[in-house]
Amino acid sequence: MKMTYYPGCSLQGTARDYNDTILEVCQTIGVELNEIEDWNCCGASSAHMTNHEVAMRLSIRNLLLAAKSSDNVLIPCSACYQRLKAADKALREDPEYWDVTDYNPDFKLVHISTFLAEPEILELIADKVIQPVGKMKVACYYGCLSLRPPHITDAPNHEMPTTLENIVTAIGADPVSWSHKTECCSGSLTMTRPDIAGKLVGEIVEAARRGGATAMVTDCPMCQANVESRQELPPGASMVVYYATELIAAALTGSYPEKQQKVHLVPAHALQAHMERSAHNVGTASGSTTETTSQKEESA
Amino acid sequence: MQNSPISPAKGSRKLLKKLSSRDIDVQTCYQCNRCSAGCPVADYFDLQPMEIVRLASYGMEDQLLASSTIWLCASCDTCATRCPNDIDITALMDVLRELALRKDIPPAVPQVPAFHASFLESVRRWGRTYEIGMIGAYKLRSGDYAGDMKLGISMLAKGKLSLLPHSIEGKPEIREIFAGKGKEYER
Ligand code: SF4
Ligand code: SF4
Repeated sequence: MKMTYYPGCSLQGTARDYNDTILEVCQTIGVELNEIEDWNCCGASSAHMTNHEVAMRLSIRNLLLAAKSSDNVLIPCSACYQRLKAADKALREDPEYWDVTDYNPDFKLVHISTFLAEPEILELIADKVIQPVGKMKVACYYGCLSLRPPHITDAPNHEMPTTLENIVTAIGADPVSWSHKTECCSGSLTMTRPDIAGKLVGEIVEAARRGGATAMVTDCPMCQANVESRQELPPGASMVVYYATELIAAALTGSYPEKQQKVHLVPAHALQAHMERSAHNVGTASGSTTETTSQKEESA
Repeated sequence: MQNSPISPAKGSRKLLKKLSSRDIDVQTCYQCNRCSAGCPVADYFDLQPMEIVRLASYGMEDQLLASSTIWLCASCDTCATRCPNDIDITALMDVLRELALRKDIPPAVPQVPAFHASFLESVRRWGRTYEIGMIGAYKLRSGDYAGDMKLGISMLAKGKLSLLPHSIEGKPEIREIFAGKGKEYER
């Protein structure tokens, strides 16, 4: 399968490791990604919050570059996804208004979790798992921009999404039920009002802990950076935030490299510990670990 | 909102026209307050999202543009998603911010527009965001040197920030976008 790829700026900076794991996962399951040549920044929140025209035209340039191919466009960053979707809709409705003569490409813009959670893709992933991540209790965290507003994002379950839960279940993790999975972490205020970001992040982490999670999993590079960096907790009490593809890559390769752990701003050993435990269980017990645990839960 | 006289006679008709050109139908608000109730940042606002919509329906531009709300809104789209009348409150905030900047209204939370300006300057220059350059420019503009140096340093140590800007070939096109090409009709 071939897809056009729009990584976005975060994936070349603070979230470079997110990009690496996406490329790794796609290569393993046989999805060929073709990066849009000479793509530009989508302008993110700053452009649409202060200059409508600039925001739209920045995204339109990317869309016109993507339209050289009819392959669907894979977008891993929630903010980029929302901006490109908004521009795509406006352009399809009235290209002339935006000085474009004709715009009706066959492609769809696809957010990464929607893509990975497609049943065929989940099957491809499950087939290639070398080492499941071992019943790690995770809080799947979506944040805002891949979901809202639904008339732009086309997210079917914007208040109660399940794509991340489906993805992490396929690789053996155990998603918890919790309250804050679509709450805003105020990433756009993190530089200017760290006090507000600290409060919102604190509430989200607290909710994840209440839900019984030992780690969080997200698909948004801004959420990942903001939630890890704004926790005002002692390092021992802080909660790591993994990218969904980081978990998949670990399950597909059977290891969670030290180098990757070190990129996190808070201690990130939970994943490795779970993988080791699950490897040990698979090695010693005759049956599958997954089955034993769920049976136990049922009888409890 | 205690001492702020509200009347249609004092409202800006231009603002109302602008809102309707962006399909932001503030007149359909029936004040159910769902927008404020779901807003994660409302605790910090001087005007609640519902009050913003109410003032906008009267065209009360001066009060709106001077508020802290327009700068503290995180643009999370919770309000717009939950409004039973499909009022795009997030887009309303966008329009108000843009207008405040164009009119040079002193912002109630100056570091926020300083940050956006630094971010966009980086995009205008390179075509992509250059994080270190952007953070430096933000610190200069806002004078906010003390806060967050620790975070910046730990991000650098983790190799999360790239030392060189990512520059693109199409910079001339990006400059045209920022110079207002296509904006000739003063939309
Ligand atoms: S949710 Fe909509 S209708 Fe209700 S108060 Fe807010 S703007 Fe008005
Ligand atoms: S978009 Fe702004 S006003 Fe609306 S809920 Fe989010 S922070 Fe509050």
